[in-house]
Amino acid sequence: MEPKKPFELVVREHGPTVLRVCRAVLGAHDAEDGWSETFLSALKAYPELPAGANVQAWLVTIAHRKSIDIVRARNRQPLPVDELPVRPSGLGIPGDGHREVLDAVGQLPPKQRQAVAYHYLAGLPYKDVAGLLGGTPDAARRAGADGVKALRTILVDSSESYVKEETP
Amino acid sequence: MTIHHDEPDVSALLAPLESVEPGLMQRLHDRLAAAAAEQDTLDIAYRTVDSPIGKLLLAATERGMVRVAFEVEDHDAVLQRLAEKLSPRILFSASRLDPAARELDEYFAGTRHRFDLPLDFSLSRGFRLSVLEHLPQIAYGHTESYAQVALAAGSPRAVRAVGTACATNPLPVIVPCHRVVKSDGSFGNYLGGTEAKRALLALEAA
Repeated sequence: MEPKKPFELVVREHGPTVLRVCRAVLGAHDAEDGWSETFLSALKAYPELPAGANVQAWLVTIAHRKSIDIVRARNRQPLPVDELPVRPSGLGIPGDGHREVLDAVGQLPPKQRQAVAYHYLAGLPYKDVAGLLGGTPDAARRAGADGVKALRTILVDSSESYVKEETP
Repeated sequence: MTIHHDEPDVSALLAPLESVEPGLMQRLHDRLAAAAAEQDTLDIAYRTVDSPIGKLLLAATERGMVRVAFEVEDHDAVLQRLAEKLSPRILFSASRLDPAARELDEYFAGTRHRFDLPLDFSLSRGFRLSVLEHLPQIAYGHTESYAQVALAAGSPRAVRAVGTACATNPLPVIVPCHRVVKSDGSFGNYLGGTEAKRALLALEAA
């Protein structure tokens, strides 16, 4: 069996994927807190993780639980509008459509958003996605497919309205 | 990273989410290392420093310096062994090693003759530990023979075992096994290579 790697390598290897998942599930504003809490909690539990376990699936499971906690805390404590932090820079590389796609993902119902993030961004099989979301693998697969379909509609609509605004 | 789904059109749709701003992962990593140290879950912090005898890996637990490794030992392999022997909760983190990096700088500049760092000997046991505990008593610029060290460590006949203890010293340079030489005055082997041992003794003789 493969011996357990130093946690530094886990962060380097899976850090970007976990950030993408947190952004899709939580939105840009809370994603960094979600990422930090996920890896802090993972570091704590890492010695007990069985050797040979699927580290990425384990991290996504932790990210899922931490996201639920963050959403609950956010709902209990609405953000005061006048103190919204100014983000120093845009997400991703300017002009790459990151912001548009992330906004579209944010418009999906939670289950669809989670199914898309866990299956398409983190590569979890639908059987494991169902384990996180509850329900059957088929229901998870439907949520993922519906999510992708809705994303296409939102993104096509917004690019059309963009064209309309630009054309007099 | 392997993504297990075979729908290239969906990958294309979500591709814009792939990009991560430059510097962001570094910032998140540093924030993690700081929070982990605060919560006592960072068992081993490490960094590297450049030195006249090559790049050195420095690793410390909360108790003190636990490992100094030469480049020839392969730093990745050294970290993997630390993960297996002590704890896999290992992160790159400069701050815990700042005092060690500073003292090593001063040592290589010739302005420091003693290290004043907490040491964690958890990688060493028994007679080897007794040898390592004796070594800092050999003063800067001086040498002892393997036989003299054996005597000082309480087992005058264990000359070969002193050689093994020096060869497996987890804290070279800081715990000065380079000051142990053969009775005929020749250098003897050194984990960092004979050249490194020669360089350290030359530095201290200057």
